[in-house]
Order: sequence, then C-alpha cells, then structure tokens
Amino acid sequence: MIGKELGTNAPNTWCPGCGNFSILNAMKAVLAELSEGAPDLARTVLVAGIGCHGKIADYINVNSFYSIHGRATPAAEGIKIGDPGLRVICHSGDGDAYGEGLEHLIFAAKRNVDMTMIVHDNRVYGLTTGQYTPTSPLGFKGRSTPAGSIESPINPLALMLTSGATFVARGYSHGIENLKDIFRAAIAHPGFSFIDILQVCVTFFNQYEDYTARTYALENHDASDFDAAVKRAREWDYNSTDARIPLGVFYRHDAPVFEVNPADVGHKPAETRAELDKLLAQYR
Amino acid sequence: MSTVKAITGDVAVAEAMRSIEPDVVGVYPITPQTIIVEAYAEYVARGEVQTEFVPAESEHSAISICVGAAAAGARTMTCTSSQGLALMWEVLPIASGMRLPIVMFDVNRAISAPINIHCDHSDTMGARDTGWLQIYSENAQEAYDNFIQAVRIAEHPDVQLPTMVMMDGFVISHAIQRVEVLDDAVVKKFVGERKADYPLLDIDNPVTWGSFDGLGGWFMEFKKDQMQAIENAKQVSLDVAKEYAKISGREYGLFESYKMDDADYAIIVINSTAGTAKTVVDTLREKGVKAGLIKIRMYRPFPASEIVAALNNCKAVAVMDRVPGYVDIGGPLFEDVQVACYQEGVNIPLVNYIYGLGGRDILTSHIESVYSDLETIAKTGKVASPVNYLGIKE
Repeated sequence: MIGKELGTNAPNTWCPGCGNFSILNAMKAVLAELSEGAPDLARTVLVAGIGCHGKIADYINVNSFYSIHGRATPAAEGIKIGDPGLRVICHSGDGDAYGEGLEHLIFAAKRNVDMTMIVHDNRVYGLTTGQYTPTSPLGFKGRSTPAGSIESPINPLALMLTSGATFVARGYSHGIENLKDIFRAAIAHPGFSFIDILQVCVTFFNQYEDYTARTYALENHDASDFDAAVKRAREWDYNSTDARIPLGVFYRHDAPVFEVNPADVGHKPAETRAELDKLLAQYR
Repeated sequence: MSTVKAITGDVAVAEAMRSIEPDVVGVYPITPQTIIVEAYAEYVARGEVQTEFVPAESEHSAISICVGAAAAGARTMTCTSSQGLALMWEVLPIASGMRLPIVMFDVNRAISAPINIHCDHSDTMGARDTGWLQIYSENAQEAYDNFIQAVRIAEHPDVQLPTMVMMDGFVISHAIQRVEVLDDAVVKKFVGERKADYPLLDIDNPVTWGSFDGLGGWFMEFKKDQMQAIENAKQVSLDVAKEYAKISGREYGLFESYKMDDADYAIIVINSTAGTAKTVVDTLREKGVKAGLIKIRMYRPFPASEIVAALNNCKAVAVMDRVPGYVDIGGPLFEDVQVACYQEGVNIPLVNYIYGLGGRDILTSHIESVYSDLETIAKTGKVASPVNYLGIKE
C-alpha cells in the first residue's frame, strides 16, 4: 500500500500552506510502510480532538474517532485499554492537549499507556481564528489578547518528561523526512510516546522563517539520559526569540505499560482470594 | 440617549457588556460565542473598560474564576456555548448554591455527538435545573436588552442568583440586525454598582464560603430558600422590565403574547423561531384563522400559571422544542406546559413538535403545517401523535 491510497474523498479545508499537510503526508507514508507485509491497518485507530488538526481523521482512511475538545487523550487511552491489541495514534492540538485537557495528558504519560500522542502545536487557536494558547509566547497579540498575552507559555516537552512520558520528541512541520523518522520511532516505542510538532499556522501565527532559522536536529545526544533530555528540552522555553530549537527524539526509556498486565505490579487477585478463604475457614 | 447600529447578535451582547463594564470576566472561546470574547478583549485592550479579563484555559476554569470573583464581591460575567456550558455544568449549581449573581450569555448551540456547531437549545435545556435563572431572546435587540436587565435581576436582594441569557447561534449571533444601543452612561446608571452582602474582600468581616453542611445542618432549608429566590425572580424581572422601559422604550414580560386575545390555535416557542412563526400567524390571520403565539422569555422561573391563563381559551396548543426530549412524553418545554395545564386544571389538547436540531432549517411551511394540525386536533378532539418531528429527512 502506498501513502496516496490512504487518502479519502473528504475535501480538505486547511488553509493553503498549513503545517498540517506535512503531518498528514508523513503519517500516511508511515502508515503505508506499516501496512507492508503485515496489512494490519484494520488494527490501527486514529483519534482526533477539536481544532484544525482534528480534520486529519477525515483525511486518512483508517478507523478513526473524533473526541470532544480536550478529551482526545483519555478517549485514546480508553480505546487502547479496551483492546490492547490496537495501535492507537492520537492527534491533538495545543489548545486541546495543553489547555482544555491538560490533566489527561499528564495522567496518560504517568500511566505509560502504550499510545502515540501527536500534538499539532501551532501555538494559536486556528479554528476559532486566532486566540492565544498555552504555548503562545508572552506578549502574543491574538484576538482574545489584542494588547498582548500577559502569560508565559508552558514547555510541553519539559512537562511530559517530568510527568513520566517514556518517549519525548519534537518535530517541525517543515521537514517531512524528519517527521516520518519521529513517527516511526514513536509508533514502535512500547509506552506513551509524545511528540510536540511545531506546526506552522500560516494564517494566524506564521513562524516559518523563525523556526527554519532556529531549528536544528539533535546530535550527539543520549536519548536514554533523562537529565540530558531535560536539559535539551529546556534549551528553548517556547518564549525566547533567539534560543536554538532542537528537533528529534529527546528521551526514550522502556518501562512497563499500563494496559498489559496488572500482575506486574504485584496485584494477584486469585492468590489473595485463596489466602482470605483460608483465613476465614479458621472461624467457620 | 441611544444609537441605532447594524450589528450581529454577538456584537450586541459585547456592546451591552461594555456598557455594564463588569469587574471580572472569565471566558474561553467557542463557536458561535467567540465574537463576544474577541470584541470584549478589544474593549479591554483599548482601555474602554477597566475589567479584569481572564481568557482561561477551559470553560470549567472560566466559570470557576467567576465564582471566586463573585464571592470576592465583584460583578462578574462570562459567556459560552454548547460543550462549553456542558463543561461548566459542575460549577453551575455551585454558583447558584452560593447565591452568586454571575451573569452569563450562552449562544445556543447543539450538544455533541455528532459534533455540530449550529443552533439548538440542548445546551441550556441541559442546564435548566441548575438553579440559574434563564432568559431567552428572539433577536439581537432582545439579547442586548435582556443581558442588561439580567444584571439587575440577578443582583436583586430578593433574588441573588446567577442568570443566563440566551439567543440562537448563527441565526442571531452572526446575523446583522438593527439594534438600538443605549449610551454607556445610561446603562451604567441603570445597573448601578454591585453591593455584595458578604464579600471575601471585606477583611474586617471575615467569612467562609461553601463550607460543609451535612446531616443535621441546614442544607434542605438552604435549597428551599433557593427555590423561593427563583420564584421571587418573576416579580423582580417584571419590576426591572418597567424600569428598563423608562430608559429604552421597550418593556418585556415573562413571555410575549402575540395575537393571543382571541386565539383558537396557539404555538409556544422559544428564541428566533418566534420571528418566523409570527409571520405565519399574520398570514393565517389574513385568511381568517385565529392563530396566536406565545414566546417564552423567562424560562426559569417558569411562568406556569401565567402561561395557562394566556392559553385558556385556545382549542388546541402546539409546544415547540428545539431539543431532543429523549423521553416519549416530549421535550422539556412540552413537559413544563403539560404539567402547568394539569396543575391549573385546564384540559386543552397539547401537541409537541421537535424541530431545528443541530441548526436544521425551520421554514414558514413547517409552522403552517403545525397550525393546520392544530385545526384538525381541535375539530376531532384527538391528538393522534403527541410528539412529532418537523423537517426530518425520511
């Protein structure tokens, strides 16, 4: 199967030049690769939230689930837990995942649910036409903050690292090969894989020039070193206008996943029951 | 004293907010309410209002900010739609239980799923029993007028309850209409300053809000007081309406009776569809059919006995619900009208029509078919089907 065949007939409503196109194409290409030799796309579920990114569910011909605003993450968790055999890929936006539904993101990372979490981080509410989001820079002039936002942005990578995500990466919508590499690695990773994608919104917050000038691929970085990952994640705080912006896989660590085997954490209900019965038998 | 403007419903609400100039506004953008947020943000940025404006991270946070601010003694406002109101739900009874006169504008939009950004009343009908007052508006002018009056009703000493004001999403929120906008000074004088009874910022008289009150406490008495306060809002809203008429020339009742004096057939409707229905009433009147209409303005408190009195001489009545009832006894407004008639001992044939879900068009031909059904019902004395759908695809 080739990426093109994964398309749908749904008319695309993204603005020309939108960063979502490269995310869509990279995802279709990677899904096409995954289907080769083992046509298992029927076991893949794409989850989307509310925002411009959400349309991706309409444009890729796999099983998909539209959640409500902010709830893409827990819906994806539920799907994975309900049938751990499914490959769950969750697309979300910065408003969706970092604003309205932030608590879910932290808990999905903490639980280490085996799913791929892709945040289309354009740092603006595009669908509602240009308000500030949790990753908009200080002073951002959007339609809800015409005089400039008085809040500093969050750093989602640092947040995910401290929340227990076992795979943390950053991509950029200008550079499809880089996105494909990250997607492959994230989907292959057993556990919660988190990707923040600097997805340019050409209409309301066009950062192409700035990002292209400042981004660089992580090199000589040991992704198994948590402290090093935190350090690289903090290289850019989503606010400064001169810091360099690293791209690639910051952190990767194998840990037990939530949905597979509760016995791994010492919960053995049958043995506990037998012990209890033995104890109660003494008093009968 | 007033200026005529060609503005959308959303901008009309923002204009009202600008003149009221609340102390604190906590909001989160959601279609089709977003324009209100943006317009108000502009007023703040230009220094036209001295409001603490908080674009929050979610509606749950937005209304929680309002609760905190209102308890502190501030005049507090928010606005939302659909899922936004649904996400606020947990906090709505907190606001009413704490007797905080927060004023909210909800631009009516369907609740998911399937996801839909267009108008129906499933958002606010889902919040009708949260202890908030509910005031509905047919057009942008009414939305503007109701929003200003809501401040006075909510903060009245006999009421002290949060109040939500509604208009139809897109149909009104995004349509440019003629709106008479009062001068800021006139509105400011009308709403006055909020005088909170037990503000948290009164450091000489410390108070605790929201403390535990379990078995052996006063929980039930508290709830009974709330119910009384809701009931009080009926008279208060009429008194406020009289005062508002003096500054605006427009006076509102609990509901609007349109050609009801001698009506044989009436429909009861909420929000913008009343405009469409009035056109049908006029056409039918020209043909000699005694058609009439009741448009609900105050839905909570529900003017039960007043509505029944207005219907008393009708031969058949149709109740229009722009929300799925999910029970086979019909939509919420139909239930309320049925109960009201039963309580007052009035036995008029009643029939329910579910219409306009998710923004489905409601045409004059639909309304005509309702009046035609009413004539048949009156003739036969039988309601063949109590709950019906208008404009459904077969």
